[in-house]
Amino acid sequence: MLTVNDLHVHYGSIHAIKGVSFNVNEGEIVTLIGANGAGKTSILHAVSGLLKPSKGEVLYSNINLNLIKPHKIIQYGLAHVPEGRRVFSQLSVRENLELGAFIVKDSKQRMLDYNKVMQLFPRLKERENQLAGTLSGGEQQMLAMGRALMSSPKMLLLDEPSMGLSPILVKEIFTIVKECNKLGMTILLNEQNAKMALSIADKCYVLETGKVVLHGDAKDLLDNDIVKKAYLGG
Amino acid sequence: MDFVLQIINGLHVGSIYALIALGYTMVYGIVKLINFAHGDVIMIGSYVVLLSLTELHVPFWIAIIVAVVFCALLGMLIERFAYKPLRNASRITPLITAIGVSLLLQNIAMKVFSANPKPFPNVISGEPFQFGGVQVGQVTIYTILISVVLMVLLELFVLKTKMGKAMRAVSEDAGAATLMGININTTIAITFAIGSGLAAVGGALYSTAYPIVDPYIGSMLGLKAFIAAVLGGIGKIQGAMLGAFIIGITECLTKGYVSSQLSEAVVFAILILVLLVKPAGILGQNIREKV
Repeated sequence: MLTVNDLHVHYGSIHAIKGVSFNVNEGEIVTLIGANGAGKTSILHAVSGLLKPSKGEVLYSNINLNLIKPHKIIQYGLAHVPEGRRVFSQLSVRENLELGAFIVKDSKQRMLDYNKVMQLFPRLKERENQLAGTLSGGEQQMLAMGRALMSSPKMLLLDEPSMGLSPILVKEIFTIVKECNKLGMTILLNEQNAKMALSIADKCYVLETGKVVLHGDAKDLLDNDIVKKAYLGG
Repeated sequence: MDFVLQIINGLHVGSIYALIALGYTMVYGIVKLINFAHGDVIMIGSYVVLLSLTELHVPFWIAIIVAVVFCALLGMLIERFAYKPLRNASRITPLITAIGVSLLLQNIAMKVFSANPKPFPNVISGEPFQFGGVQVGQVTIYTILISVVLMVLLELFVLKTKMGKAMRAVSEDAGAATLMGININTTIAITFAIGSGLAAVGGALYSTAYPIVDPYIGSMLGLKAFIAAVLGGIGKIQGAMLGAFIIGITECLTKGYVSSQLSEAVVFAILILVLLVKPAGILGQNIREKV
């Protein structure tokens, strides 16, 4: 469904992504793990068009995303939940969700999706008219995910959904990620919490300073000595 | 009675400042640029109204519509060719460009219309209204009425429509807005169009009250509206309205009770005071980051 070939990203003279290739099949949960600064976020940004790769191609359902205007990418069913949630803090929860459905023309469909999201995140229902900036971190993460789901995506890019959340909330978020996957969404997940990520993923790519150093089935990597030592705390 | 009259005069100029301040504040809100060419768009608007009246002999309200359309296009044109190429440059670069565009517009106007002031015809005539013992001219009533209606419409547009929400989203986080499928370029262009269209109305109404048009009328008018936007809290639409009425009333009270020469000095003193005491403006919040 998503194939990234020999991706390079430069920030000025800094070569941040040095030829990364990976592949996500339909229906899979694939996770990219690695330390801060390994380049996980840059890769997702290059996929969703927030930054232009200096080299390499991003193929999504056989469409070359490099050739598509960034704001059009969501129309192909690819939604991105960015790092740090980036909800619109001056807008209400409801307005944030409405913006998530910005590309959905059919108002009936929008209502349907809205109710679905509210069912998935009952906490948001209680806070419908509150400004998004007043929500807690966990609620903002739910809102960011709900906002992405409002466009009925086929594939979700999730960037550090567990960042800064309590263990209970992390569990809750990951349960929802699995739920989305069961509903048919393909998922590409960036995560620092490697244990959690590997426990729900099918495949995993390990990144170090802009390169894939290891990849394989998530189950195998859970038992891999290098991964255990570096990412799972021994 | 005199006091009431000064307040009404203050509301009159204040509502013109408000229409213009909205353009500054909306553009600042979305691209973080003080568009110093905004004042000169007003001047162009006044000339377009004047020409429509004297050359095309259309009614005043049609002249205003012509000016709104012309200025909206002009605003988009300026954005497209002067500011858009600089969107990722450091913030001082587009600011200097804005001053350049301002000078360009003034000089084009001087070339086309000559530097000689042109009289603006008397378009709103008729008996003044009587409120108790106070006489209020029709121009004043119309100006306040038109401005208030436009402000309410703008507020509704920004709060209720899809494009209004997109504008607020882009002003807060353009990257996240792109992920929602919002076309940032279109949104910014529309913001410039609305701001410049309102400026055209402001220019037309200003010319009915001060019936002389020259290539420099936009400078001082724009500057005062800019101060109003800063006073209210730049980037905040209600702030621009509030600031504009405060500036208008202060100016008229100074003219009435202190000295008309000092009225502009007082307005600039307000700017200095705001920048010293509450740089974010009356309705502006100090920026705080939530992690």
